[in-house]
Amino acid sequence: MILVFIEHRDCVLNKTSLEAITAAQGIGKDLGLKVSAVIPCDKDCALAQEIAGYDLEKVIVAKSEKLGIYTPDGYADAWEQVIKATNPQYVVMSHTYQVRDFAPKVAARLGREVAGDCIRYKAEGGKLVLTRRIFLGKLDADVSLGGDAPYFVTFQSGSFRGDNAAKGSAAVETMDLAVGDIRMTPEAPFQEAKASVDLTKSEIIVAVGRGIKSQENIALAQQLADALGADLAASRPICDADWLPIDRQIGSSGQTVAPKVYIALGISGAIQHIVGMKNAGTIVAVNKDSEAPIFDIADYGIVGDLFEAVPVMIEEVKKAKG
Amino acid sequence: MKIIVLMKQVANKDAVLRIGADEKWIAEGDVAMQTNESDGYALEEALRMKEAKGEGEVVVCTLGPPSAKTVIKDALARGADRAIHVVAEGSNKLSPYQIARAIADAIREENADLVFTGLQSDDASYGQTGVILAELLGIPHATIVIEVDRSSLSDSGLRVKRELESGWYQWFAYKLPALLTIQSGISQIRYASLKGIMAAKKKEIRDVTAAIEDFASAQKIEKVYLPLKTKQTQMLGNGDAKAGAAELVEKLRTEVRVL
Repeated sequence: MILVFIEHRDCVLNKTSLEAITAAQGIGKDLGLKVSAVIPCDKDCALAQEIAGYDLEKVIVAKSEKLGIYTPDGYADAWEQVIKATNPQYVVMSHTYQVRDFAPKVAARLGREVAGDCIRYKAEGGKLVLTRRIFLGKLDADVSLGGDAPYFVTFQSGSFRGDNAAKGSAAVETMDLAVGDIRMTPEAPFQEAKASVDLTKSEIIVAVGRGIKSQENIALAQQLADALGADLAASRPICDADWLPIDRQIGSSGQTVAPKVYIALGISGAIQHIVGMKNAGTIVAVNKDSEAPIFDIADYGIVGDLFEAVPVMIEEVKKAKG
Repeated sequence: MKIIVLMKQVANKDAVLRIGADEKWIAEGDVAMQTNESDGYALEEALRMKEAKGEGEVVVCTLGPPSAKTVIKDALARGADRAIHVVAEGSNKLSPYQIARAIADAIREENADLVFTGLQSDDASYGQTGVILAELLGIPHATIVIEVDRSSLSDSGLRVKRELESGWYQWFAYKLPALLTIQSGISQIRYASLKGIMAAKKKEIRDVTAAIEDFASAQKIEKVYLPLKTKQTQMLGNGDAKAGAAELVEKLRTEVRVL
């Protein structure tokens, strides 16, 4: 069987878990395995019924009073027990920050490791070959897993569509767990300085990356944004350097956007950035490195110096707008 | 207080990569190398912890071939006190569990109060070595740490802020010893001073031969290739950025229709 992890906070679903269900259902079909979902929780999780509406064999609520708020120790103990009780062939999860925190620990404890952040799979000879992005998205690697089951696989956000998860009816089952000592004390999660700019509503976004070179040059990108009636955004290094405030950051740790047009200036296209903007309608990339991964997802590309291209773009946009 | 910082040598961010003859890694021969970005931040945070506490030792540990010494020397020049080099040729063939086990063997006796790593490497990007190492050392861990409350540091513990997704954060209190994987951007990284570079020459670098054990469950890279393009990209300007810019605006007007 395959176990798929359902992530939640206070019984509110993390929607990437639906992508994990889609992935697990596909793998199950290819390998002839049944899929069950696992929800760690401190109560009879309110989410269980919702997940039971998918085509799964079982929904297992892994229950302990110590699983109310996420901790790596709590989740590692819970998963160890669920896996030992159910003997899955595969454990499938979405590659979220929470999964990155506990999945390698569970795997290591069972003498395994995780094929992490995969973007697709194929079934060969009854086993999976997983594809991972490496070297900041510049290359792909096909990866095989050695040894015996269970095999741990996590998929990058967006690799599968959550709305493709097949509906059905599953039995809900509670597994009472004895979770051991938790060596860390969590405080309540919080949102820092609520984004003053909501880039998710933007029609056009001009985004700058390391290629902009200095804080002074941000003004040039701003001029282009003004000419287009666009919002200015940035990749992580720009916000880390305080050249633009963090509420302008696009990517896994910032905002996820899908504007009509996304113009990436001097952004190489590391995975962490791409997951935040790949669903834009039209993607434009200007970069001096013709092999920058951003060109793999771009509709229009200009290989060259952005400091040459942008002033011309500003002028031409002004002309076009009259 | 003793802090061990794990640092890795990786291909330079801007390097043009060629696929190796065996199609299982890049051809490393002529590629410029650098310290993995988030590992640099891990070192910076360790140095700041030591300065805030007014005492302690920062020990750099790297696993890799002899060429990885440049990472160590740079770290010593920036202020680390000494280094452990777990020498392993062909380390790019090792799986995260194998790497973590070899490092665990090399540093266990150090009994560090804290172990810092970057959150992931910019080459294989497994993002697991730190977590597995913590499990092997039997100490708790926190990943993707974006702030350390240095004023909270005492013999018994420390508060750290973890980055969640979509602008969410969470503080956790840890007892020591603990392992933290550090997010890029946690602070501004210092440069090595001339004085630091001179002082580094007298600092201890201990070479340890990596005890690499077979690991049946290792993941194995079967083939490396250029990503399959998911989109048909229209390249504009043919290398002339200005001409490309003019063509682009025309496309935005006539094909995308946003102007």
